[in-house]
Amino acid sequence: MHYFIGDLGHVFVITSFVTSLVAAFAYGRAHGQINLDKKNEWLQNARVSFYIHSLAVVGVVASLFIIIYQHYFEYHYAYAHSSLHLPGQYMVSCFWEGQEGSFLLWMFWQAFLGLILIRTQREWEAPVMVIFALVQAFIASMILGVVIPILELKLGSSPFILLRDAMDDPIFKLQPDFIPKDGNGLNPLLQNYWMVIHPPTLFLGFAFTLVPFAFCLAGLWQKKYSEWIKPALPWTLLGGAILGLGILMGGYWAYETLNFGGYWNWDPVENAVYVPWLVMIASIHTMITYKNSETALKSSMILVVAVFLLILYSTFLTRSGILGDASVHSFTDLGLSGQLLVYMLFFMIAAIVLMALRWKEIPSTEKEVSTYSREFWIFLGATTLCLMGFQVLIPTSIPVYNKIIEIFGGISNLAPPANQIEFYSKFQLWFAVAVACFSGVGQFFWWRKMDKEKVKKELIVPALITLIVFALIIAVAKVYQPAYLALTFAGVFIIVSNLKVLQTVLKVNPKLSGGAIAHIGIGMMLIGIMFSAGYSRVVSLNNTGLIYIKEMGTEFNRDNLLLFLHEPRTMGGYDIEFLGERMEPRHKSGYVKKGDIEPTADPYKVVAKKEISFQGKKLYNAKDTFEVYPENTFYEIELRKDNKIAASLFPRVQVNPAMGGFLASPDIKRNLGSDLYTHVSAPMDANAEVDWGKTEEVRVTIGQKFYINDYVAVLEEVKRLDQLPGLELVNDDVAVQARIKVEGERDTYYAEPIFLIKDRVQVGRIASEVSDLGIKVTLLNIHPESNEFSLALNARQKDWVIIKAMEKPYINILWIGTIVLLIGFTIAMLRRFKEIRTA
Amino acid sequence: MKKSHIIAIVVIAAAIAIIIATAGDASTYVNFEQAYQMASNGNTTSIHVVGELKKDAQGNVIGLEKSPDMLSFSFILLDDNHKEQKVYYNEPIPPDFARSEKVVVIGSYQGDAFLANKILLKCPSKYQEQKLNAGV
Repeated sequence: MHYFIGDLGHVFVITSFVTSLVAAFAYGRAHGQINLDKKNEWLQNARVSFYIHSLAVVGVVASLFIIIYQHYFEYHYAYAHSSLHLPGQYMVSCFWEGQEGSFLLWMFWQAFLGLILIRTQREWEAPVMVIFALVQAFIASMILGVVIPILELKLGSSPFILLRDAMDDPIFKLQPDFIPKDGNGLNPLLQNYWMVIHPPTLFLGFAFTLVPFAFCLAGLWQKKYSEWIKPALPWTLLGGAILGLGILMGGYWAYETLNFGGYWNWDPVENAVYVPWLVMIASIHTMITYKNSETALKSSMILVVAVFLLILYSTFLTRSGILGDASVHSFTDLGLSGQLLVYMLFFMIAAIVLMALRWKEIPSTEKEVSTYSREFWIFLGATTLCLMGFQVLIPTSIPVYNKIIEIFGGISNLAPPANQIEFYSKFQLWFAVAVACFSGVGQFFWWRKMDKEKVKKELIVPALITLIVFALIIAVAKVYQPAYLALTFAGVFIIVSNLKVLQTVLKVNPKLSGGAIAHIGIGMMLIGIMFSAGYSRVVSLNNTGLIYIKEMGTEFNRDNLLLFLHEPRTMGGYDIEFLGERMEPRHKSGYVKKGDIEPTADPYKVVAKKEISFQGKKLYNAKDTFEVYPENTFYEIELRKDNKIAASLFPRVQVNPAMGGFLASPDIKRNLGSDLYTHVSAPMDANAEVDWGKTEEVRVTIGQKFYINDYVAVLEEVKRLDQLPGLELVNDDVAVQARIKVEGERDTYYAEPIFLIKDRVQVGRIASEVSDLGIKVTLLNIHPESNEFSLALNARQKDWVIIKAMEKPYINILWIGTIVLLIGFTIAMLRRFKEIRTA
Repeated sequence: MKKSHIIAIVVIAAAIAIIIATAGDASTYVNFEQAYQMASNGNTTSIHVVGELKKDAQGNVIGLEKSPDMLSFSFILLDDNHKEQKVYYNEPIPPDFARSEKVVVIGSYQGDAFLANKILLKCPSKYQEQKLNAGV
């Protein structure tokens, strides 16, 4: 038992909690002091507290990591999230698989940002850090794991809890010091490189939303109503980029790993970060507007505060267990709902009260914004972004309404919309069209004051180009639905108008080009989304014409295709053939046939039956022992066009108890124009009883040809064995093995049944199965008189797999668009950071 | 009227429209009887029904039938009032289907048959089911 490290970690947690409170208090005092010496004294204290706090956070992270890395399974966290077999790079993912670890990650990033702010923002340090430290205290309380004695109130859930305290298992009564030999393991779904970088990126994005929030409250508090915008803006831009990147990484991971057929599913968990991001983008725009024209100060404040509160709300939604049935993501409720609610309400009330108190004093311009000004259009765009977020927020919160009604004694049976994707898309699409149009138009008011005549002159060329490009796209890609036409038009328009701005800006000052580039990225994303989602089509249509349920008629579409091993079908213009089940070696890239390896006692290790190569490259020699991922099976599927191999796909099926037992991941054939996305809908059940059918008996001599279930077979030889694995041969014991060559569709196989006479009377027969062909051969008897051998032949249904395949046209435009967007963000952010440094 | 007022009115109108649209599109949790009534009244919107699979005394699932081509299947679901209903689903049987504790079907009645567009399985959670394996 390694008690020390857990105790140490717990001490660090408590230290981080206490020091964050001390830092908040000291910064608060420092802020209120007029006496400079006293102020500096308090500041000094506050800084030291925050430094200790940050060290303690690092300490907590280190302790937890040591527990995971050293496999201390006496700790619940290590037991629940890790295992001995877990590859090193995924140890990091274990860290944030649990809720406690992800809180820790969040806290770590905020401490990191806090330290940077202390060093760079001396002027704003005290009021900003009060808010930082308070937020840190709230998050630290989530992992505190302390019971307040008199109230019997449990505060937080500690990641350092021992397994015996976390689990009620009889073994701990008998053997209190029991330590399991191995852990439960990390959900294999998360054993993916995206899951190593996606959560830290997302939580860094979360942490960034605190910066503008803290500056805004500090500004209100100090009555510096407008000065906070300048230092806050670059942080907001950086945060917007990182949060956006985090969301997109999640989407990309889902596209590659999950099987719902896309990158976005409108799941509550996705919505919970999408909404704050939209509002954050809106806030960036209003802040820029304020910097340029001193309008939209109040809206900037409201939006910046809303972003952080929405992050808290999303934390509450996803971690309190309130979503329950509404989400496919499984969250274990740690009983923190109350605490999370207090966290959210505290900052909500504090922000609203502070804003209400100061509202009258906040300067605002009474002058009417001209329709021919950039501000007007930006403001329209920002408003639309907020409505866009609002439209997602309202239905996502349905479980919350049910809960509230329940609390007041009512009964509510409201469920989320039955088809979430359709429901959200039909609204979001039009909002996106509006945002793109506003943004495209807004770009024409880049510098000058405009009037009607100038606008006409400026608009005419881009409008023409837009129309031409638009016409070309719809002609080539055959877009006809009105909604998609509108989206395509808006996407082209935003790209064209921003290209025009970009052209001008590059001549004047390339550093100002961030906005235009980011908007071009958005336009590409819209077009990419429109095509890849709107024109995604199932290509694995069942073309057998079999209708199982007549009552259901044609509506009961068949989107899945049943493939028997080596029986080609046609699909989406390809000949498609299932070639068998494969395993993935751990240390080499490639796949090995299941039939070419033999299991060992250790499920992670297998032995090569023969030399194994993959796509012409030798991987292993015969008898080599190597490691595999036992939970994953890959189904090799070959696509051919005009008898040429177009692609070899390896969709995966993962045995995954945490996700309900079974999880299919697609394999994607990426073409320039479209992706072919294929996943297994149902694999063969390995545990199902096999029906070997009727036994056929044949008598053959050596060299004689015969048929096994229509496959040509020949008995090549029968030899005497001197030893048999697992059985001792003595005296007169006889063991012979027949070698039968079977010609399959693609390969030659050997069946090697064994016939055994032990102690003169006992006869044993070890049948040999050729799994690929679904046949079994038993050596029944030897007839020395005629040199014949009796064989029993059995056949079963061939191996099969059911797949679903979809085509996603032009999805690459989306991915390229996201990269362009991020480049734009980076340029804009660099410019704004330079602004505060030179100011 | 000032432009900002017009915008404000439009925004409020849009917000109200969103709320109404959400209320209109939101599905409901019902039992089979209610779902049947809805369908007979011509209301074919998809609804959620929560239920359990029909099992025999030994706990084996009964009434699970798959199509000959294995591409779709039907099963018998008991709703909260223990009303039995045959449900058709146009996907292959998920491998863990028979183990699920609770099944949420989202769909509607087509005649006397319930046609599910989507099913959600509630499987025994990792933490409840799992016991420490002292031998490992």
